[in-house]
Amino acid sequence: MASIYNLFIINKSGGLIFYKDYGSTGRLDTNDSLRLASLWHSMHAISQQLSPTVGCTGIELLEADTFDLHCFQSLTGTKFFVVSEPGAPGMESLLKTIYDLYTDYVLKNPFYEVEMPIRCELFELNLAQALRKDKLGLAGR
Amino acid sequence: MATVRTRMRCLYVFNRNGICLHYHVWLRPLITLSAQQDQKLLFGLLYSLKSFAAKVDPLSTGKENLSFQQPPGQGCSFHSFRTNTYKLSLLETPSGIKFILVTDPRMGDLRDAMKYIYNIYVEYVVKNPLYEPGQPFRCELFNSTLDQYVKTLE
Repeated sequence: MASIYNLFIINKSGGLIFYKDYGSTGRLDTNDSLRLASLWHSMHAISQQLSPTVGCTGIELLEADTFDLHCFQSLTGTKFFVVSEPGAPGMESLLKTIYDLYTDYVLKNPFYEVEMPIRCELFELNLAQALRKDKLGLAGR
Repeated sequence: MATVRTRMRCLYVFNRNGICLHYHVWLRPLITLSAQQDQKLLFGLLYSLKSFAAKVDPLSTGKENLSFQQPPGQGCSFHSFRTNTYKLSLLETPSGIKFILVTDPRMGDLRDAMKYIYNIYVEYVVKNPLYEPGQPFRCELFNSTLDQYVKTLE
């Protein structure tokens, strides 16, 4: 069983630029994934306003009964978030890896327009590889 | 004497209509909004997070519309979230009362603590003969028992 269920990447204005499903039971259709992405963007912003101390950068981990959601925001405002099994370890480093792949294979792609949906074969290929490695690493532990 | 740094930030109690029944602050250096605006914003956030969690839930098969709000105690719901500056834990009772505890981000799982706080509420607020259900409360015994309990969590 896969330890992660979905991966979302949203641009700095809350638009979904990449979505991948890794075997959740009730699949989301395209409209729903777009809605969820923009909803997450606004909730992330509101959570910063509710902070009791200064310097809040938004939700990093959301824990629910059946899943964990880990979110990583890059300095430019692009947000990466994965939905995983509750208590799945190593999600922060996985998000960093995905961010690395994004900078290498998406941003450095001369045909990619910033803030637009990601359609890069190399990115998808390396992403699949990274996730497979992650899964093997977890199984070996 | 060293200043006592509590790891608790604040506690909110909402009824099912979003009225804040109780708001208690232990430590809150940053206040950007008025208390009322802050409470409204938080309730709105929890409302959206709940429908978000129900929609994202990877194990459910029948998907409701994103704007559909599940009745309390039904559907997948979240129990906490963490940012770099705070952690928020939520307990929703079957009657729709929401307990929200905001703490330092390094606190562990507070689900049992939330249940305990709910018990304090039942003992000292609900069983108070002068208390009208669904109304905001200010109860001396609740506050002192809560303070005492919270110290054991530090």
